[in-house]
Amino acid sequence: MYQDFDQKHIPSELIRIEGVSKSFSGVQALREVSFSIAPGQVHGLVGENGSGKSTLIKILAGVLSPDRGALFFDGQPFRSVSPKRAIRKGIQVIYQDFSLFPNLSVAENIALVSEVARGAWRVDRRRVRELATRGVRLLGVELDLDALVENLPIFQWQLVAIARALVQQARLIIMDEPTTALTRIEVDSLLKVIRSLRDSDIAVLFVSHKLNEVCNVADRLSVLRNGSVVANLDSKPFDPLGVAELMTGRPPGGRTVRDRPDDRRVLLSVSNLARQGAYSDVSFDLQEGEVLGITGLLGSGQTELAMGLSGLLPAETGRIELDGKDAVIDGIQSALDLGIAYVPEDRLREGLFPKHSVLENLLAASVERSCGFLSFIDFQKFKGIATAWVERLSIKTSSLDLPVETLSGGNQQRVVLAKWLSTEPRVLVLNNPTAGVDVGSKTEIHGILQQLAEQGCGIIIVSDDLPELLENCDSIRVMSKSRLSERLTAEATGEDQLYRMLIGEVH
Amino acid sequence: MIRLKVSDPHTRLLMAMTVAVFLAMSLLKPGVFLSWNNLRSISFQFPEFALLALAVSVTMLTGGIDLSIVSTALLAASAGAILQTQVFENPSSLAATGLAVAAIFAVGALCGGVNGALIVHLRIPPILATLGTMQLFSGLTIAVTGGTALYGFSDRFLFLGNSSILGLPVPLVIFVLLAGLTGLLLTRTGFGFKLYLLGGNPRAARFSGINSAQILLRTYILSGVLASFAGLIMAARSNSVNADYGASYLLLSILVAVLGGINPDGGFGRISGLVLAVLSLQFIASGLNMLRFSSFAKDLVWGGLLLVVLAVHQAVKNRRNRATGPLVAEDKR
Amino acid sequence: MALLNWRKELPLFGAVLGLILILGVGNAAFFSLDNLADLLRNSIVIGIMALGVMVVMASGGIDVSFTAIAIFSAYATTRLLLETGGGESIVLAFVSAAFLGSILGLINALFIAWLRLPTLIVTLGTLSLFRGAMLTFLGSEYITALPNSMVAFSRWDLVTGLTSGGSTYRVPVAFLALPLTAVLVSLLLNRTYWGRGIYAIGGDRESAERAGFATAGLQTFIYCFVGALSALAGMIHVTLGRIANPFDLVGMELNVIAAVVLGGARLTGGYGSVTGTLLGVALIVMINNSLILLGVPSFWQRVVVGLLILIGAGTTVVRGRALRGVRT
Repeated sequence: MYQDFDQKHIPSELIRIEGVSKSFSGVQALREVSFSIAPGQVHGLVGENGSGKSTLIKILAGVLSPDRGALFFDGQPFRSVSPKRAIRKGIQVIYQDFSLFPNLSVAENIALVSEVARGAWRVDRRRVRELATRGVRLLGVELDLDALVENLPIFQWQLVAIARALVQQARLIIMDEPTTALTRIEVDSLLKVIRSLRDSDIAVLFVSHKLNEVCNVADRLSVLRNGSVVANLDSKPFDPLGVAELMTGRPPGGRTVRDRPDDRRVLLSVSNLARQGAYSDVSFDLQEGEVLGITGLLGSGQTELAMGLSGLLPAETGRIELDGKDAVIDGIQSALDLGIAYVPEDRLREGLFPKHSVLENLLAASVERSCGFLSFIDFQKFKGIATAWVERLSIKTSSLDLPVETLSGGNQQRVVLAKWLSTEPRVLVLNNPTAGVDVGSKTEIHGILQQLAEQGCGIIIVSDDLPELLENCDSIRVMSKSRLSERLTAEATGEDQLYRMLIGEVH
Repeated sequence: MIRLKVSDPHTRLLMAMTVAVFLAMSLLKPGVFLSWNNLRSISFQFPEFALLALAVSVTMLTGGIDLSIVSTALLAASAGAILQTQVFENPSSLAATGLAVAAIFAVGALCGGVNGALIVHLRIPPILATLGTMQLFSGLTIAVTGGTALYGFSDRFLFLGNSSILGLPVPLVIFVLLAGLTGLLLTRTGFGFKLYLLGGNPRAARFSGINSAQILLRTYILSGVLASFAGLIMAARSNSVNADYGASYLLLSILVAVLGGINPDGGFGRISGLVLAVLSLQFIASGLNMLRFSSFAKDLVWGGLLLVVLAVHQAVKNRRNRATGPLVAEDKR
Repeated sequence: MALLNWRKELPLFGAVLGLILILGVGNAAFFSLDNLADLLRNSIVIGIMALGVMVVMASGGIDVSFTAIAIFSAYATTRLLLETGGGESIVLAFVSAAFLGSILGLINALFIAWLRLPTLIVTLGTLSLFRGAMLTFLGSEYITALPNSMVAFSRWDLVTGLTSGGSTYRVPVAFLALPLTAVLVSLLLNRTYWGRGIYAIGGDRESAERAGFATAGLQTFIYCFVGALSALAGMIHVTLGRIANPFDLVGMELNVIAAVVLGGARLTGGYGSVTGTLLGVALIVMINNSLILLGVPSFWQRVVVGLLILIGAGTTVVRGRALRGVRT
């Protein structure tokens, strides 16, 4: 038996990981990872993409078994792991996609797994109902048990997934990037739910790369870098900047905006722009070389506005002027013709053609205009253009013919950027440009944006990452209830003030 | 980028298979298989079927499907038949034949346009839209033909199905031209470039400013036109149009497309692969025939071949995934 | 939950009622006993097949090989019984056909569940394979002299009598196979965790796996089950027609799929109900058999079926868009 020599202040430990290593075809994914989690404790696990978080989750869930090292549960060695055995021990994983069944009811989603695990073959509707009611009560929330999950907002998917874990007598709930799809308010309620779990002695492993949230909710923190635990932090408060440095191995970047004159030519001028049910009465000016940040709670209309400017959700009324001339944006084509490009948030689904080559991806946005219906393609020219972009944005790929999905997340995002930059936009609208991108690439993408602004391109960043906006933007506007606030200068605004504006405490 | 490379593993496999089948048949039945007569009869037989496979393939490249190809071919052919047999005094005149042929293409394009409009404007999933139009078009074919076969095409019209130019059967010439043109369209034009991207990820295509509606509409029209050429050859070869003709062609042409490497999820596949698949299957069919197997052994071998080829592909892919799987998964967001 | 399903199937129910009214008002002969008996008789085979296809579609797959399985099993069983002289027991006949059908289904399952190949492609291949194998190895001639037990079964009536017009009407006992299958499938899908697992796979296969369902096992079961159901339908087709014609059935797969789709199953998986499927079958059977009572030439049947599919699909899409519109 191992002794708890380093955890005197913790009552007992639920699970302990000792020297776990794992490699895939020669690549070391995890190296001598050790830490332990106590009951009723929220343990944060942070690391960049590719640092080994997912592998570690899979080992805990019994999907993978470690090459070396051991797991202990309740002090007992936990061998020959399998998903079923892990679940029986009370280990529950809530994956990023929630693993719910959209076509089934909330009640069934909550009860299904535990009923199947029990070995039941006959559907006992009363029991399903009881289980679901119990799960929702344990969670302390209200949910319509008869609703189909596909009709619920995404935040409630999260709640259903947690309720499902609870009815399975979970003792450790592993949450994989649980806040990705949530707005700030929803994140706050999720963190509240997690704290209430702590009171019923359930341990939570909170896996995320959003440092503010982790530092806020976690009791202890483990930092993964390149498959190794570089730090186990035992006591609050945690300093997000310090943790970021541990995670990346680099000092964090500060404010990247350099001083810019505030009186440049107005590039884009929007007045009283509106679209029913999307955005209303939107007016603002964007100067040449200005970086404008727009933020808001989910459903406030900021994504819709971004899609409106880029022709995906065109405005019904209002006026847009580009270079002082009236401009009509009634579709993505007309926006592109005017030089307005939109970089969507969801890289894999909206930004890229994952199985197609880097070359095809790089040219996807410009081909519509550079190449007519029956006109022949000059592949030499295409290759030249693509090569130039690969060099300019230092995209790491061994060949232009490689499927873009084989590139790393950061490089994929650069391909998306290059794809849009190749249309030579005057105005670039970006929606959460660094979501799911590791800290290193994030900094580089910010650098690229600043460079573009330097060259006179007007940039609009729609993001709910407040530090990102404060670091990168000359001015920030908050969107709430489909309307846009007054212009705030980034220097004069703190994150705290911005957040309070966001939730509507200050106007 | 698969279209720039001279060949990919699947095409190489098909090429090897086609050559192997050809050689095996030539060795087994040297006098018969390699005879001019046999090769000629093969070249008359396969084009109508190959054109249907081509028609369904272009829609599969966009991630859709066209189940109405055979119905389209027959409806188009019956339009030509009515013009040929009931309208003109002298159906053999160049004008009458020309008009009949033009009517066939027009009906084909129209059918394709209806499919395209249902898919693009009403947003009905392609498989459902064309399942509906399949019934619709074949119902209309029965209605206009009165449920019986239409006979009596002019000689000039029949030329298109039964004669040769410079020793090459006209149906073969038509197929080679159309396959070449379609291949060129897909690999060398802006339309093709965008079509492959659209098939790969329709959502990203929309966000990239690619005019998906236009491309889909044109793809289904192209499919309708290609199917109508098949209808033309069918009518000219058999000198009749019958609503029941070629009923087994639909599923077989999808089978050929898949065997030819057209990915039913869209975005990938080459016309050259399709042509090779058609050829090797036709060689097999002809060879089996000579070896005195029943004509149904063809179905058996074709179905089996499709399953074997796919199973081998999948086994290779699964093994590769197992080696690198978790790392790839790690990269997933 | 039951109420919710009913509400979803209400438009379809309305369509069936409407069609009955139109047909009945158009021609009183529609309600005659012999016409109704005809409709019941004609819905047995397509109904059983449709229920099987619906199960496959609920699991997110599609099967086009079921017609080949049906005729293969029925033809092979008939020959087997004739050659072995085992034709005395009808139970044995149906059991051996169902067994054969599930073996053929197992072949589908091998490719789908274990090699994870796309279902449409696999079943396209096996459609061709099974049919070719039957015609090559089992023969391609019609068998009119069926085994005694099958002949006796075909004459066994559930209801029979004379209409006022003097013609006989009869509903064979074989009709019972349809309601029995419907109840069986309904119990399977709604009352067992195998059934819920089928919907779960159709909703999200990976999640189903994580939830502890043995997805490969379940899929194997699905395709074997559908194989057995198809074989049953094939046997009933052969028995009632009193001829084993190896060229029958193949070619009607898309009509059956059309009935299932009209019944509310989605090709993307996760949806489909027994009630809906039966309503879809009723619609198709009435159009195919009774439209002629209105003096509509029989060749317009396909046009009407085609239009119904398009209207059904169109309204589903529009309703879906409206629902999504509310949410965002």
